[in-house]
Amino acid sequence: MQVYQYKNNGYNIILDVPSGSVHVADDVLYDAVGLMNQGTEAKKAEQELAGRYSEEEVREAMEEIAQLKKEGALFSEEPYAPAIDRFTQMPVVVKALCLHIAHDCNLACRYCFAEEGEYHGRRALMSLEVGRKALDFLAGHSGFRRNLEVDFFGGEPLMNWNVVKELVAYGHEIEEKTKDTPAPKKFRFTLTTNGVLLNDEIMDFCNREMHNVVLSIDGRKEVHDKMRPFRKGQGSYDFIIPKFLKFAEMRRKLGLQYYVRGTYTHWNLDFSKDVLHLADLGFDQISVEPVVAPPEADYAIRPEDLPFLEEQYDLLAREMIRRKKAGKAFHFFHFMIDLSGGPCVYKRLSGCGSGTEYLAVTPWGDFYPCHQFVGMEEFLLGNVDEGVRREDLVSEFKKVNVYSKEECSRCFSRFYCSGGCAANSYNFTGKINDVYEIGCRLQKKRVECAIMLKAAEAEMDI
Amino acid sequence: MKHVKSLNTKNLQNTLKKGGCGECQTSCQSACKTSCTVGNQSCEHK
Repeated sequence: MQVYQYKNNGYNIILDVPSGSVHVADDVLYDAVGLMNQGTEAKKAEQELAGRYSEEEVREAMEEIAQLKKEGALFSEEPYAPAIDRFTQMPVVVKALCLHIAHDCNLACRYCFAEEGEYHGRRALMSLEVGRKALDFLAGHSGFRRNLEVDFFGGEPLMNWNVVKELVAYGHEIEEKTKDTPAPKKFRFTLTTNGVLLNDEIMDFCNREMHNVVLSIDGRKEVHDKMRPFRKGQGSYDFIIPKFLKFAEMRRKLGLQYYVRGTYTHWNLDFSKDVLHLADLGFDQISVEPVVAPPEADYAIRPEDLPFLEEQYDLLAREMIRRKKAGKAFHFFHFMIDLSGGPCVYKRLSGCGSGTEYLAVTPWGDFYPCHQFVGMEEFLLGNVDEGVRREDLVSEFKKVNVYSKEECSRCFSRFYCSGGCAANSYNFTGKINDVYEIGCRLQKKRVECAIMLKAAEAEMDI
Repeated sequence: MKHVKSLNTKNLQNTLKKGGCGECQTSCQSACKTSCTVGNQSCEHK
């Protein structure tokens, strides 16, 4: 699909997929593009439209379509496949690690893919030695990449806080050591936490050192407490909310990034209320995502849930416009889209980088393609002592890109989701190079809403 | 133009020439962890 059209919230939107051009059209031009997109020749399209619109309107619309085509902004060519082939054959450098600082957790979230933090394995905390070796590996295998990302993840990373602090200090040592070399390094640290152990000292440290913090909260109290209880069953909402609010306020004042990040499930299909609840509490950087769960789980999203969920995204988008007009704007991660300065086409087509430039590291130093593969022994890539041993697997992950998936190569959303998540694909199809249909449907809806919001903002001139 | 308004002027084809530096954020290191979203990310070299 090279040109994709849809109507949303009163806007006629035309997306020229290969060029990434986005147009908001009136009815006559929208209909004309629709006919041409079905293969109708311009002259014939004019005749077909003559009954519905004035001769002058049709002529003007056709002239404008011709102009957009001339500018490469409509019915454009897609010349990327050979370049992506070459790009994916280039040597791999690692630039991001997800450090599993603790395979242990003080909550017992019902949907946790880490199974209460243990990832189908044993409880363990990462030692400082393993963490240092992981950072050395990253610095040593990142070539000339300057920006290196390290996410302190779990389980719950605050259960091993001293090691987190020591590793940040070690990262700075590496920065210092490499600053006058041809390949200087700069670490960007992030922390994902459930907030239970959060305190003033940790917040202050994070405000000095963490590029981003991701604070796990699902939304309304009853929704959050149902899925995110302590191990003895008591809900965690009341315990974490005051801390998260304080932390978010501090970071907002300092101009630092944070996200409150929730998961919605079959039990709260009306998740737009959870997003708005978080906004009403005062959070302004919000991410709430569909759960990824085996189909047999009672909380899994089902195919029949999709129409309702799609409507929820529409409701949320319209409410965000209303709030923006009222001076109460907030960011919703999956509606954010950068139409003018977004990533290059290589990034957009070559996937998330799991198994190639992004690796997860277990507490005992094993490498996996990403956090979602941890514990699946068939995806064990190597370890911090021996490096990556399974080059065959890395080669498989290198091949994952939009053009290697037939459905993706035809999808209008291919430049926004980059072909989706390899782990989701594996979990639902048994192959890393396939598509997870429920995730795709929701992703496409989010892209549609995100573009509609841009159209609304352009109209509001904000 | 009278019948259409374009929301962006950047053509992805132009990024073929200078893109691919790899300095941008890894998709999953932001606020997702269970999906893949790149359209909302920024280029480090714009």
